[in-house]
Amino acid sequence: MSNIPADLQYTGSHEWIRIEGEQATVGITDFAQAQLGDVVYVELPEVGASFDSGANFGVIESVKAASDLYLPVAGEIIEVNSNLDQNPDLVNSDPYGDGWLVKIRVAQGIGALMSAEAYSKLIAESDH
Amino acid sequence: MSHYIAITEAERAEMLQSIGISDVAELFAGVPESLRFPHVELPAPLSEIELRRILTALSNKNANASTHSIFLGAGAYNHFVPSAVDQILRRSEFYTAYTPYQPEISQGTLQAIFEYQSLICRLTGMEVANASHYDGGTALAEAALMAVASSRNRRKVVVAPSVGPQYRAVLRTYTQGSDLQIVGDERPDATLDDVLALVDNTTAALVVQNPDFFGTLHDLKPLAERVHAAGALLVAHVDPIALGLFQTPGEADVDIATAEGQPLGVGLSFGGPYLGIFTCKSKYVRKMPGRLAGATLDIDGKIGYVLTLQAREQHIRREQATSNICTNQGLMALAAAVYLSLMGRQGLRKVAELCYHRSHYAAQEIAKVPGYSLIDQGAFFREFVVRTPRPVAEINAALRDRGIIGGYDLSNDYPHLGNAMLLCVTEMNSKAEIDDLVQALAQI
Repeated sequence: MSNIPADLQYTGSHEWIRIEGEQATVGITDFAQAQLGDVVYVELPEVGASFDSGANFGVIESVKAASDLYLPVAGEIIEVNSNLDQNPDLVNSDPYGDGWLVKIRVAQGIGALMSAEAYSKLIAESDH
Repeated sequence: MSHYIAITEAERAEMLQSIGISDVAELFAGVPESLRFPHVELPAPLSEIELRRILTALSNKNANASTHSIFLGAGAYNHFVPSAVDQILRRSEFYTAYTPYQPEISQGTLQAIFEYQSLICRLTGMEVANASHYDGGTALAEAALMAVASSRNRRKVVVAPSVGPQYRAVLRTYTQGSDLQIVGDERPDATLDDVLALVDNTTAALVVQNPDFFGTLHDLKPLAERVHAAGALLVAHVDPIALGLFQTPGEADVDIATAEGQPLGVGLSFGGPYLGIFTCKSKYVRKMPGRLAGATLDIDGKIGYVLTLQAREQHIRREQATSNICTNQGLMALAAAVYLSLMGRQGLRKVAELCYHRSHYAAQEIAKVPGYSLIDQGAFFREFVVRTPRPVAEINAALRDRGIIGGYDLSNDYPHLGNAMLLCVTEMNSKAEIDDLVQALAQI
């Protein structure tokens, strides 16, 4: 069973977001890391780069796949997880904690995000 | 039944019976009647003896390196190919091997590629080498595209006119239809300084060749500094034999270095197959095109070889891959690896020294012939420019009559030089051959 923390919000492309005031932290879900397999590399944006809601902000690479990462809400990158350089496996072992990808300053409003419950339904449907 | 096709009538009948048809013609039932079995005018079949006679006669119409002295270079070089190269290449395990998709059954191929890559890194001083491209020209084009992909949306590539004309044409073939700007070689007489002035914060890369098309040697270090200061990458197309003696791209802080590997045991072969050498700094490896062989450990802790970092490639990354190449020039890469192993550092240096000294001897002697003069090109390796008293085509025709293949006619690509020839001298040109050339030029 996939771990889906109730206090986070989710996208249909399997990112999670923790919004705290004007800032937010973004990562990929437990379901996503399991599907990807061992993560070998994460291509992260530069601090200061801005993205629209749903824009491609990076790439996550496993041995067998390379997946684009989409920002759940519009924002400006204020920090990237530099530990992933040496330890990309943190995404697999702790996707909601030490495996976080970027921290952003949220640009305007909240985009179309899913609750933990809605996300849980989504992956249940795709998990045949 | 032809004796070239190894199947008997009885075997054919057996196969037809097992798939339930009586005649091969029935297999073409899906082809519209009007298009089936069109009448084709073919001569009668020949025996092996007759065939050999005809093909040998055709082949004898060619002037080649064993029948003529060759002083032509311009991207394809008459260097020595040791017999051992062919002996190893013709082993059927290598000769017929396909791309190593399954490492379990391709360890020989993968190890050969890995050794090749390692040798190329040693030769160029660069950190990473891939499994090779088709030839130097396509490698260079891919290098420019990789520099663009590694930049933050920069769309301009500056290329010096002293990069070979065929390479610049291939670069433009690769980028046609895209919004990339290829600039710098509009004026064939532009110098490296002129071209450097075009490098700015919209430039993804400066592309140069060293030694350049005219054989001139350059110090790439100051070039790299100025290019990096503008936030751009330096792409250098180098020569593998020259690397036996002169500055490597690694020493010069070049970002992506390519080369034509044909001089490394591949031979002239009427233009191909050749070998595209491709190297880069490790920080750019995830944008590098092509196959990459790596070494790893199996579950028993033994060394094994695999294709690695495959997530870069088209079959995984699709339209976001840097390139759509999904092959390499395996057999030629093996030839290069065999050549480099045989020659070693000392041997390669010796080859380079011979090329250097003999080309300088030739230049010096030709300059003494009335009507012929050298241009002021500075230090050169293996090739040099000679101004000629009459059009190069005339001179080359006269040389051909004397069993000599003359240099490349520069007048089309570099008209500002007037009647000028690019002459090449390698370790295959003896002093006697050079003296014959000089004498021939004096007499023509």
